[in-house]
Amino acid sequence: MSERERDEHTGVETTGHEWDGIKELDSPLPRWWLWVFYACIAFSVVYWVLMPAWPGLNGYTPGVLKQSARADVVRDLNALQTQRGRGEALLATASLQQIESDPDLQAHALAVGQSVFGDNCASCHGAGGGGAKGYPNLRDDVWLWGGSLEEIEHTLRVGVRSGHADTRMSQMPAFGRDGLLQPAQIADLTEYVVGLSGRPADAAAVARATPLFAENCAVCHMPAGTGSQALGAPNLTDREWLFGSDRASISSQLQNGRNGVMPTWEGRFSPGVIKALAVYVHVNAGGGDASSGKVETAAP
Amino acid sequence: MTIIIDRTRQGSAMAGPVSAAERQRQKAQPQGLYKARVPIYPKLVHGPWRWLKWALLIVMLAIYYITPWIRWERPGALPDQAVLVDFDGGRFYFFMIQLWPQEVYFITGLLVLAALSLFLVTALFGRLWCGYACPQTVWTDLYIHIERMFEGDRNARMRLDAAPMSFDKLWRKVGKHAVWIGVAFGTGGAWIFYFHDAPQLIRTFWVGTAPMTAYVSCAILTFTTYVFAGHMREQVCTYMCPWPRIQGAMLDDQSFQVTYRYDRGEPRGPHKKAESWTGRGDCIDCNQCVVACPMGIDIRQGAQLECINCGLCIDACDEIMDRVERPRGLIAYDTDAAVAARSEGLKPRHKLLRPRTLYYAMALLIVAGLMIQGFLTREQFGIHALRDRNPAYVRLHDGAVRNGYTLKIANHGFEAAALEIRYAGVPGAVLNSPGQSGSGPLIVKVEPNRVTPLRVFVTAPADRVGEGSHDATFEIISSDRSQIVKTAFEYGSAPQ
Repeated sequence: MSERERDEHTGVETTGHEWDGIKELDSPLPRWWLWVFYACIAFSVVYWVLMPAWPGLNGYTPGVLKQSARADVVRDLNALQTQRGRGEALLATASLQQIESDPDLQAHALAVGQSVFGDNCASCHGAGGGGAKGYPNLRDDVWLWGGSLEEIEHTLRVGVRSGHADTRMSQMPAFGRDGLLQPAQIADLTEYVVGLSGRPADAAAVARATPLFAENCAVCHMPAGTGSQALGAPNLTDREWLFGSDRASISSQLQNGRNGVMPTWEGRFSPGVIKALAVYVHVNAGGGDASSGKVETAAP
Repeated sequence: MTIIIDRTRQGSAMAGPVSAAERQRQKAQPQGLYKARVPIYPKLVHGPWRWLKWALLIVMLAIYYITPWIRWERPGALPDQAVLVDFDGGRFYFFMIQLWPQEVYFITGLLVLAALSLFLVTALFGRLWCGYACPQTVWTDLYIHIERMFEGDRNARMRLDAAPMSFDKLWRKVGKHAVWIGVAFGTGGAWIFYFHDAPQLIRTFWVGTAPMTAYVSCAILTFTTYVFAGHMREQVCTYMCPWPRIQGAMLDDQSFQVTYRYDRGEPRGPHKKAESWTGRGDCIDCNQCVVACPMGIDIRQGAQLECINCGLCIDACDEIMDRVERPRGLIAYDTDAAVAARSEGLKPRHKLLRPRTLYYAMALLIVAGLMIQGFLTREQFGIHALRDRNPAYVRLHDGAVRNGYTLKIANHGFEAAALEIRYAGVPGAVLNSPGQSGSGPLIVKVEPNRVTPLRVFVTAPADRVGEGSHDATFEIISSDRSQIVKTAFEYGSAPQ
């Protein structure tokens, strides 16, 4: 080893690096630094013994403490369940109206509802409940089966055409496919339905379809076409169309009579969670008394 | 790395503390990779700086230990502890001030203020923080005092360490370490009271039902206090602390620092009582400044990284100057510029107002001003309006357009309040909140010290609102003032 340069003032060796006449001293490390290094090595050995450490062919060394992130998650989830149990007890005993009008309970129900809705309802109704073609919009004031808290809860419980013993059930016949009406009659009825919602329609076709409507449709959709929530028959006079508002969509529905399915959630969720979900849906629909199509307002 | 500006050797043949012979000896053996700590036995000094350090030590330890026990009554179930970092409740309490987690910028601001103050003080008066206020210095001082009580002053301690083990040595060492550990435990023990209700924690701590974090924090601080103040001392400052490296950037030749006035002290050398003082310096090379130094350095080598500016060498030197009947202040708080001026026979001039100090002071004032302004204009209610984005708007059966919002109203106060909420910016818009029955203005009750979420909906008739995004506002009216929160009303043409 060649002779290393020593700094004149301190007597410490330099590293040989120099910048504009400034030389870097190669000061020795403090001895305790070395001890810290050894302590870290000792710590790692202790760690191997206590904690899961070494991979093997069939798993790993579990360590004396048997620490497991998975077990921690299970424990945390159980703790969460216990914590939720209290909230659920409250949800189970309070009435729907009480839950909605109590700010704390409402907030709790909204939190539960949002989580359950996101996991179970959003795939059809959309993450925000805005619906899609064939899947009702849950954010507006138009309801097929009623938009009051009780009706929403009931729909959640029994579903629509769900196979539940008390399921909500309505049937739009496939007038064209099953040969109940001729294609020309379907074309006339399409014009009639377009006219019901206040849009310009072929007057001659409407006139031809008037008896057809009274005969085939009015029993469910009511003579004026305003529908019936008791029967689950859509209102044909408003702006809301489940399967589309244009002539092709209406004609297609008359031809094929599509009927959507909403599953029953009874048995899958506790009554408390179903209540929370009902409150979540009702609040996000504006919280109005939607059976009458009116929104309760706080100020004129 | 040690920076030594050794002015004593300028034009002087005198060897510094590293003598030529020593340097030769060093050269003969290669420098090792590691350097063992050389034990330091600081000698007790008496004088104004020592007294100041005792006083500050008592004051600062008192603040540290007493603060968590100060009570401050707050309404309801809120903690009655004046200073409390309440992690469980997510609040920071400081007497009448209560901060929420989202107001952490006040803490950030305080830290910025602390940093700027440190810069300013350092530029003016050197490392006052290191010498007097740093916990490492305060606790090391306390530990050296305990050491002195058991083992005596410098010479006695050196003798004791060199002596073979005996009963006398054993009980002194055991006693010292026992008291050290006791103090360390007291330090760690006091720390945890800042995070939990102190009277309650002191009971649960001893019966073993306190939170695990309390035990772990206490154990860590006990360990670090014992190791740092008892065993590592100056090693912490020299090797572990970044501040000695940074402070060089704040200092200039007008900064007051503990300075050996080489203009007066050199040439140094032993002095006999009857000898004349003419033709020589006042430094009699008695080494008292070195033995008094808790950092184990020689201040006569000039400003250096290890020096914490504690002023103990000033007291040590003044004592000697009194004895040899020379004026005090051979070592004193002084500036490099003043020493340089004096050595050239000029009158030293001190400049406290320098661009550097002005910049620091200005930055300090600006940040302090912003903080005060921010604090004084802090609203009692923190209000956020989150507009629903999915769906952005909803058409109702009659064509009306509805937007949904979640209002988050944080009541920073300690009293419940009833707030009236109004909506403006959209003609004919009607505001409602599900679950809030009755007609008339929308009134929401907000509980104290928590966030109240509120779902609200705004419905506007389609013929009165055009397509697009409209600026709108929520107005939240409390008993004494109103707050405006900006938002928007969306009505797009996208199919829904």
